[in-house]
Amino acid sequence: MTNTPLVLAGILILAVGTFSLRFAGPVMRSRFELPERAQQVLAAAAIVLLTALVATSALTDGHGPAGVARPAGVLVGGVLAWRKAPFVLVVVAAAATATGLRLIGVP
Amino acid sequence: MLMRSIWRTLDRGLARDIGLVCLADGVVGLSYGAISVGGGLPLWVPVLLSLVVFAGASQFLFVGIVAAGGSPIAAMIAGLLVNTRHVAFGLAVSDVIGSGWRRLPGSHLMTDENVAFAIGQDDLRQKRAAYWAGGIGIFVCWNIGVVVGGAAGSVITDTDVFGLDAAFPAVLLALVLPALRDRATRTAALIGVVFALAVTPFLPAGLPVLLALAGLLFYRAGKPALEVSQ
Repeated sequence: MTNTPLVLAGILILAVGTFSLRFAGPVMRSRFELPERAQQVLAAAAIVLLTALVATSALTDGHGPAGVARPAGVLVGGVLAWRKAPFVLVVVAAAATATGLRLIGVP
Repeated sequence: MLMRSIWRTLDRGLARDIGLVCLADGVVGLSYGAISVGGGLPLWVPVLLSLVVFAGASQFLFVGIVAAGGSPIAAMIAGLLVNTRHVAFGLAVSDVIGSGWRRLPGSHLMTDENVAFAIGQDDLRQKRAAYWAGGIGIFVCWNIGVVVGGAAGSVITDTDVFGLDAAFPAVLLALVLPALRDRATRTAALIGVVFALAVTPFLPAGLPVLLALAGLLFYRAGKPALEVSQ
């Protein structure tokens, strides 16, 4: 059975910690005026993180590979986005490709 | 005031794109609520997490560990690890969030999706509108989804069926692609991807993405004039 006080404590600490992590950036930036070069690096850092998030969530599941259907769906979406297709089409095509492949038994 | 200026600035195409992502997040919320309750947790656990933590990946991780009989403290630490990337997001979008009291709700509403939407816009007004509309929309849809999914139980427990597991990486990819046209950024991002994928088999969730920041060591910011002449 779940230990209610402990679960509640875990949730509240996670909430305060997560908010602090989110709030840290805006607070630090309001304290110092950053040179343009540093601002460029920070902008690049966000892109690097998001790109890594795309790669890990597309290609891996837990500690192992994600199978075929999901990466194939993301690839189709990525190619469409690269060809400047409408965003809605990118999203729907990625989901439909993965679903379609699974329907015919591709993992 | 804030809401009115968001809606005035947001163009219709962008509003539709954001709406689509909010809807998809709502469906993932349905599955998260259903999985949590189906795993034996009381409804208040996924609902409270969604309101006060509001970070999908860490919430899935938290309920997964606790429902499997793991320690809530271990679940909390795992969740924090996954959420550390928000520090870098906050540094990158602090101008977009604004100053003063707005930093409080603005920080809580920070997600991968609305950060990516903001980065994808050209001027600061559009960035702000995209960030706030995305954040508020996702917060509302996500929390409604979680309550409904948790209360209704096993309606949707596996979003893979709808291909949403492929849709979310595609959403983020579409939003970061324009920024990846810059060569210095692309080099750093691709090296970061290699780092992250290489360590994924060995490290706990969250750390691989964080280690991608090592790709910044290879970031050579443009003297744009030189880039063009090459």
